[in-house]
Amino acid sequence: MKLNLRIWRQKSPLDKGRFEDYQLDDVSEDSSFLEMLDLLCEQLVAQGKEALAFDHDCREGICGMCSLTINGIPHGPEKETTTCQLHMRHFKDGETITIEPWRAKPLPVIKDLVVDRSPLDRIIQSGGFITARTGSAVEANAIPIAKQTGDTAMDAAACIGCGACVAACPNASAMLFTAAKVTHMNSLPQGKVEKDRRTLAMVSTMDGEGFCGCTNVGECEAVCPKGIALDMIAQLNRDYTSAQVKNFFEPVQ
Amino acid sequence: MKLDAKIPDGPLPEKWSSHKFKMKLVNPANRRKYSVIVVGSGLAGGAAAASLAEQGYNVSCFCYQDSPRRAHSIAAQGGINAAKNYQNDGDSIHRLFYDTVKGGDYRSREANVYRLAEVSTDIIDQCVAQGVPFAREYGGLLANRSFGGAQVSRTFYARGQTGQQLLLGAYSALSKQIGLGKVKMYNRHEMLDLVMVDGHAKGIVARNMTTGEVTRHAADCVVLATGGYGNAFFLSTNAQGCNVTAAYRAHKRGAGFANPCFTQIHPTCIPVHGENQSKLALMSESLRNDGRIWAPKDPATAAKIRAGELDPNTVPEDERDYYLERKYPSFGNLAPRDISSRAAKELCDAGHGVASTGLGVYLDFRDAIQRDGKKAIEERYGNLFEMYQRITGDDPYSTPMMIFPAVHYTMGGLWVDYNLESTIPGLFVGGEANFSDHGANRLGASALMQGLADGYFVLPYTVGNYLGEQGIASAGTVTTEHSAFAEVEDAVESRIEKLMSIGGTQSPRSFHKRLGKIIWDECGMARSREGLEGAIQQIQALRKEFWSDLRVTGDADGLNPELERAGRVADFMEFGELMCRDALMREESCGGHFRVEYQTDDGEALRNDADYTYVSVWEYQGDDTEPALHKEPLIYENVALATRSYK
Ligand SMILES: Cc1cc2nc3c(=O)[nH]c(=O)nc-3n(C[C@H](O)[C@H](O)[C@H](O)COP(=O)(O)OP(=O)(O)OC[C@H]3O[C@@H](n4cnc5c(N)ncnc54)[C@H](O)[C@@H]3O)c2cc1C
Ligand code: SF4
Ligand code: FES
Repeated sequence: MKLNLRIWRQKSPLDKGRFEDYQLDDVSEDSSFLEMLDLLCEQLVAQGKEALAFDHDCREGICGMCSLTINGIPHGPEKETTTCQLHMRHFKDGETITIEPWRAKPLPVIKDLVVDRSPLDRIIQSGGFITARTGSAVEANAIPIAKQTGDTAMDAAACIGCGACVAACPNASAMLFTAAKVTHMNSLPQGKVEKDRRTLAMVSTMDGEGFCGCTNVGECEAVCPKGIALDMIAQLNRDYTSAQVKNFFEPVQ
Repeated sequence: MKLDAKIPDGPLPEKWSSHKFKMKLVNPANRRKYSVIVVGSGLAGGAAAASLAEQGYNVSCFCYQDSPRRAHSIAAQGGINAAKNYQNDGDSIHRLFYDTVKGGDYRSREANVYRLAEVSTDIIDQCVAQGVPFAREYGGLLANRSFGGAQVSRTFYARGQTGQQLLLGAYSALSKQIGLGKVKMYNRHEMLDLVMVDGHAKGIVARNMTTGEVTRHAADCVVLATGGYGNAFFLSTNAQGCNVTAAYRAHKRGAGFANPCFTQIHPTCIPVHGENQSKLALMSESLRNDGRIWAPKDPATAAKIRAGELDPNTVPEDERDYYLERKYPSFGNLAPRDISSRAAKELCDAGHGVASTGLGVYLDFRDAIQRDGKKAIEERYGNLFEMYQRITGDDPYSTPMMIFPAVHYTMGGLWVDYNLESTIPGLFVGGEANFSDHGANRLGASALMQGLADGYFVLPYTVGNYLGEQGIASAGTVTTEHSAFAEVEDAVESRIEKLMSIGGTQSPRSFHKRLGKIIWDECGMARSREGLEGAIQQIQALRKEFWSDLRVTGDADGLNPELERAGRVADFMEFGELMCRDALMREESCGGHFRVEYQTDDGEALRNDADYTYVSVWEYQGDDTEPALHKEPLIYENVALATRSYK
């Protein structure tokens, strides 16, 4: 198939950036979206032009590294599908495809389509863990966990930290991401001890990193490649309110 | 090069505990005076960095991705083994040890494998405490499944994302230490060389991939946990960035490289679709529990299917060759990875292959669906079927799935002793990057176990022991001002300049593809003297072409994926030759290493225990000199060597 590509090119964080148009002639329907971009890079190199920079690694939808806004939608048009798992058979011959980086103030562009997602890591560093020093664990079956509880934790833990939810949100909110992490840990018995501390710390870091509040637009859920549901945000709100109340009466350590 | 495996004395079950007791301890107040570099944030590196920081050491951790959570451990689907015997089906530490030694075709070190089996149970405890959401039964206890043909159910799993969940556990522990300031995390940094001072590993030189700056990092010792080198084949189930650079650079500085030809080809991957394919997708091995593997008996039928003239569903029963069931009646479709992969290749070579390229066989669920109903199959494999359909566009409920073997794991790696220390003092290696515990073939669900065993339960002890032996007076004495750092930095800078300035016509990717094809053809599933000798010459010629006709666009002083790939391919170009040399030297067939000259009358691998029961360890001797071979004899005191038979 033939494709017209409008791609965001930006030399550095300080560069203003612009769209550039490219044409690709011989794209196989069976190739993945990123393989299509590989082909473009090869074409650019053959022409002596600078290849395109974009993030990717596992190419199987699990590492969360790929991050493109395709025709205005983070991770493109297919439901619950990361960019790397999107295949060209979903596009039409002769189609024009617009490709941009994540667009969100807290995640600035480093180059071309690559953005800086380190604020998401910092949210985790502030509280997204269950303290279990190596060697200190009790026997794994000592604490039975209802299957349902385990399943809820697993649903939340499926988040791959890609940041599409932030990119899709008109407020650049990181609520879905944070809520998924908090729900994963807060719902397990092992995570109860640090529950309030964790919730307060992560929300406060999230605010400090410049992510704005959630106004229930729901775009995040629509683009999330792992089907993280909005209920998680409701759960975070409940946990946060309860932690705040406790903190008011007796500061949470 | 002296190879002392430092295996502790005493009976097998007591070696590790008595060794731990004899180790030098570092007083808690002194630990903060030491610093440790950990390169890699996967299961092995992430777990080691977090645990060492918890103990009080200052840790610097490096990864090439934008976050430590993205290391390729994340992609593991199937599960992790542990000898918990929760299913009361006769599992034990000794059985896991025995299965691993046998599965590895008797080419691994007994003492290390035993320790692995021993700490496997602690891993599960540790992970559950961190909040890893393993699958559970309705009663609330942990669930298990049997995996990869094991006769006991010892595999723990978290939906199809065991790797991600285990890695998130290690990542959260690491993140806590980063937040506390005990670990300094260097994301988007690629280690490009090792720095040695007075014969000990004392630091690394890395490139900040965002700014292009070449940076120096000093420490009291260095841990490499940089994963496997499967991408030497270009196409593999590895992530795009997986590389041999860190390990190979250490090799060039004096670390012995062990068994480089031991690579694992996984039987159930989605076949190649075309010229622009960049990676191969693994379909979980669990599919073989219900799917039946076959190819048309008549090559003419296969040709019609390839041409799209025949629907595979219409091939009558007596024209299908269920070849694994035929050749290995007792294991059938669950025959081990190396055996299943080779059988598929043989059939395709003989013209029975399907898929447009002729490189594919069927994994058919028709009978299972008839037997158990579509709903039951959907419950078991729904997400895998979806993934298959997403990639291929075919619906496996109605048309049989196509599979073909693909490179998946590398058993070879830097040689390490019982302490996981390489032949360079102060350089430790964990996870897939070391030559590990898997001999010539790894069993399913054992790599995650080994990565976490190394990271949580071995390295934190043995690194501490090394630091204790060096003494507190040595702590922090080497800094980046030492002349060794300037020398290595210069070498790294000039190599980057060289790559940038060749000014040729061919891209790094195109060279990588060509290299991969040579290695796949001659050092893949079937190897021969003639083929390997030819491959070595072809690689040497390709390497010359690389250094005279490479084109790297862009600049070196910022983010440049082309430059990154060029550097990795340059190392694969040298390393690929080493793989072929090792395969050529080992005149026997064992595990994933199949030399066509050494097979039984019915085409099974023919091991040669009398001459090859050793680890081959290669010492770098210079760019234009052949590497020297050293041997670590493998001594089996607890397991009797036997022929693996799955008939
Ligand atoms: C698709 C797939 C499925 C698998 N499924 C299973 C399974 O079900 N069960 C099982 O037991 N095993 C499985 N395996 C194998 C297993 O996942 C790996 O062997 C294991 O996770 C490797 O862990 P590691 O910590 O050694 O390396 P990795 O997780 O690969 O980590 C390597 C780290 O090193 C860093 N790094 C590499 N090079 C450099 C450099 N030059 N400079 C700086 N940093 C560098 C990377 O950034 C990364 O952080 C699977 C493997 C694959 C590919
Ligand atoms: S919640 Fe979904 S969209 Fe957001 S980071 Fe996680 S996986 Fe990505
Ligand atoms: S590249 Fe890993 S999720 Fe897309």
